Amino acid sequence: MSEPKVDAATLNSAWAGGGSPFAIGSKKLGMWLFILSDSLTFAVLLFAYSYVRLANNDTWSHPFPIFPAVVFSTAMTVVLLGSSLTMVMAVAAAHRGERKAAAKWIIATMIGGAAFIGLHMYEWMHLIDEGLRPFQNPWGGSPLFGATFFGITGLHMTHVAIGVIYLGVMATGFGRGKFTSEDVEVSGLYWHFVDLVWMFVFPLIYLMSVKYN
Amino acid sequence: MSHANESQGHGATTKLFIWVWCWLAVITFVEVYLAYIHLPATLMLTLLIGLSVIKAALIMAYFMHLRFERLSLVLWLIPALVFCISLMIIFFPDGYRAWMMRG
Repeated sequence: MSEPKVDAATLNSAWAGGGSPFAIGSKKLGMWLFILSDSLTFAVLLFAYSYVRLANNDTWSHPFPIFPAVVFSTAMTVVLLGSSLTMVMAVAAAHRGERKAAAKWIIATMIGGAAFIGLHMYEWMHLIDEGLRPFQNPWGGSPLFGATFFGITGLHMTHVAIGVIYLGVMATGFGRGKFTSEDVEVSGLYWHFVDLVWMFVFPLIYLMSVKYN
Repeated sequence: MSHANESQGHGATTKLFIWVWCWLAVITFVEVYLAYIHLPATLMLTLLIGLSVIKAALIMAYFMHLRFERLSLVLWLIPALVFCISLMIIFFPDGYRAWMMRG
């Protein structure tokens, strides 16, 4: 059996091996794969919401007046956006090797995430007090309003909570030298994904259900 | 703290991140303003999805670093994003039909 002949062009190309797909590390690639699959999960939920909302367009509730409800959820959006900015600062600091600074920026991101959850739970309690449940509508409209509202915002809030825990592990671990800057960057990808989902959830669920008059 | 820090030798400076963030905030307030002025539902929905896609593109390009990655990675991810949006939109006619058929 003779050696397979490989020409110089192949040996110098990506097919020669030793490289990583898309030239990113495997952890980053893994996180992007997870983000792809999670995007589909949220896309499917938003599809279900769109479908049942259109199918019940005449009985859909509009419980969010500009003040205070939309102002409140806009504040939540700005808080989450701010936490994305602090996360970007954290990754930049991590790449520069500044462990303490990066840990501080990650903690700032965690505070933003926790504040988002706190504000969101406050809003949830207000709606639950009014009688909204996953299959019950106190304002006489479609019960599916509660199902889609709690389902989508609940799954998103769960992602934020998991993110805060993940970032907590990162802040302590990276500060002590257990993790690399790539690990911080990967956790940043997750956090930005959570923010990205909210960029769609906020307009579609809140801004499309504003109470006028 | 307005120093511009080079990150890994490309144009990802602190100034750039804050600039992108300001645009995200501006677009958010534009969306809220559109809600305030009470547009017809279909126009509102179209504008909101359009603006949200722009925000998603900004976050993915700058915060998630895709602007500075290999093009092949971007080309791999963009169809997935298109698919997610389309998955939501493609069933609008069916939802409308379900509403009309209820009578």
